[in-house]
Amino acid sequence: MAKEFDLNEVEVWDGNYAASQALRQAQIDVVAAYPITPSTPIVEGYGSYVANGYIDGEFVMVESEHAAMSGCIGAAAAGGRVATATSSQGFALMAEVLYQASGMRLPIVLTVVNRALASPLNVRGDHSDMYLGRDSGWIQIDAFNAQEAYDLALCAFKIGENQSVRLPVMMHQDGFTTSHKAQNVYPLKDDVAYKFVGDYVPVDEMLDFTRPVTHGAQTEEDWHYEHKAKQHKALMDSRSVIDEVFAEFKKLTGREYKRVETYMMEDAEVALVLLGSSVESAVLAAKQLREEEGIKVGVVAPRCFRPFPYDLIREALDVPSLKAVCCMDKSAPGGAMGALFNEVSAAAYTTSSRPMITNYIYGLGGRDFAIDEAKRIMKEQKAHVDAGHITTNIQQFSGLRGPKLGFYETRRS
Amino acid sequence: MVEIRWHSRAGQGAVTGAKGLGSVVATTGKQVQAYALYGSAKRGAAMNAYNRIDDEPITNQETKMYPDYVFVIDPALAFTDDITKNDKPETQYIITSHLSKEDLIAQIPALQDKVERTHVVDCMQISLDTIGRAMPNTPVLGAFMKVSKMYELDFFLENMKKVLSKFPQKIIDANMEAITRAYNEVK
Repeated sequence: MAKEFDLNEVEVWDGNYAASQALRQAQIDVVAAYPITPSTPIVEGYGSYVANGYIDGEFVMVESEHAAMSGCIGAAAAGGRVATATSSQGFALMAEVLYQASGMRLPIVLTVVNRALASPLNVRGDHSDMYLGRDSGWIQIDAFNAQEAYDLALCAFKIGENQSVRLPVMMHQDGFTTSHKAQNVYPLKDDVAYKFVGDYVPVDEMLDFTRPVTHGAQTEEDWHYEHKAKQHKALMDSRSVIDEVFAEFKKLTGREYKRVETYMMEDAEVALVLLGSSVESAVLAAKQLREEEGIKVGVVAPRCFRPFPYDLIREALDVPSLKAVCCMDKSAPGGAMGALFNEVSAAAYTTSSRPMITNYIYGLGGRDFAIDEAKRIMKEQKAHVDAGHITTNIQQFSGLRGPKLGFYETRRS
Repeated sequence: MVEIRWHSRAGQGAVTGAKGLGSVVATTGKQVQAYALYGSAKRGAAMNAYNRIDDEPITNQETKMYPDYVFVIDPALAFTDDITKNDKPETQYIITSHLSKEDLIAQIPALQDKVERTHVVDCMQISLDTIGRAMPNTPVLGAFMKVSKMYELDFFLENMKKVLSKFPQKIIDANMEAITRAYNEVK
């Protein structure tokens, strides 16, 4: 029996420690891990809880991230509650196996600490790894600070393990900005947190020898398509379960989460859409700009990156006053518009107001996102509104050194 | 909002000090941030740590700050780091040095118009005398309490004991002595 951990009502934790405490409280059976900066302390923490008797589980050290996720799949198929952590290159090496986990419908929780992808090698935070996972069939939830990394890690188990979902869940937080920044965190007591997550209910577990099953079967053109369609439906249908879990969490803690977070959108004339810790800075910038210059700025932030909240993004942007939206992608777009820009634009196209939409690439490799820069971008959106058309390139780069870089011009006038 | 920037070398405990300060402040109902700018830093490399303290939840996630207080906990960094970067007219400096305040300021042009706002304390010698090794991170907090008047010394010591509770009693006592000495000796 695991020992209870002595927790204060308020702790000063960074995002990594917060996530590791959530993993402990969920009483994970198995962590198979190959640690990588900046997510190392999450699995390091789990290892120390196991060694010190705070958790009754197994820490499996493996030779690569590919093996780490493979180990997690084995343990989850056997019937255990399983989690691990990774970042960047480790995430990339896991990529092949991520699709196995989701296709096999194993509710593993992967706590991803977002970090840039090489080359050039870089340990700092951007969303390249998060974006790399976006077609992998996992649910992807995004924490903007350390408290949320704790809260949403607990929610991740409850969402993924729901019998109508049965899908793996990634819980993302920003490398260093969130993972290594300590702040006030209000944890739940061990028994309260565990009760919220609930006992693990295995499905077709391999260790049930009375009922032999096959996991990871092969299907060709006869059934593969139906499996993938069913998996997609499960992802789309998980939206209501995510809403329910967030509602239950709010009832327990008073802390409210939504698949799409909106800030000051009721009367917004311009809006920023972005992900991760930058959301908090953008909200601060928007509040200041409203006070300083009276520009009505709002912020929209997908909390749930997958399933992509097409429904709620459309709702958030269907505000009569809204004229210009800037989507900000913290991942190198690789010869396209930013992915968030593309997805938000598609949702906004079906609104009646159809605001102007532009794209900023920003923060690659951990480049600081300044409050002043957020305000400059907001004012630029206001300039589009005043001119009645997009006055800049549609895609631009924020905080980039050297000559200004931009692509494409509007054809609307 | 109170913002603090630490100038330190990796291994001198600036991150631990920043988190320790954050932990004490959080027990009084305030909101805190404690973070550092490091990555592949090696022991001895110059680095910065940061604190933000406010009554409201802190949502500013920008790394850069305009500090109200600058702690320089390695004596040489006062000469080699840009310690007055992004400062304000009211920024206060707490600098570890064996030099007197007058001698130190005489050698650092950037501080010469900030005499009233510069405070000097020898955290290196204090930690050598009390803790037994050069660990300037806790004594600087004693000096900070004196300069900022944020909390009474006794209140701070009591709460700092809780933060250090996982250490042996001898280490805790040594840290308390170091904090007290720095509080009394900062000029």
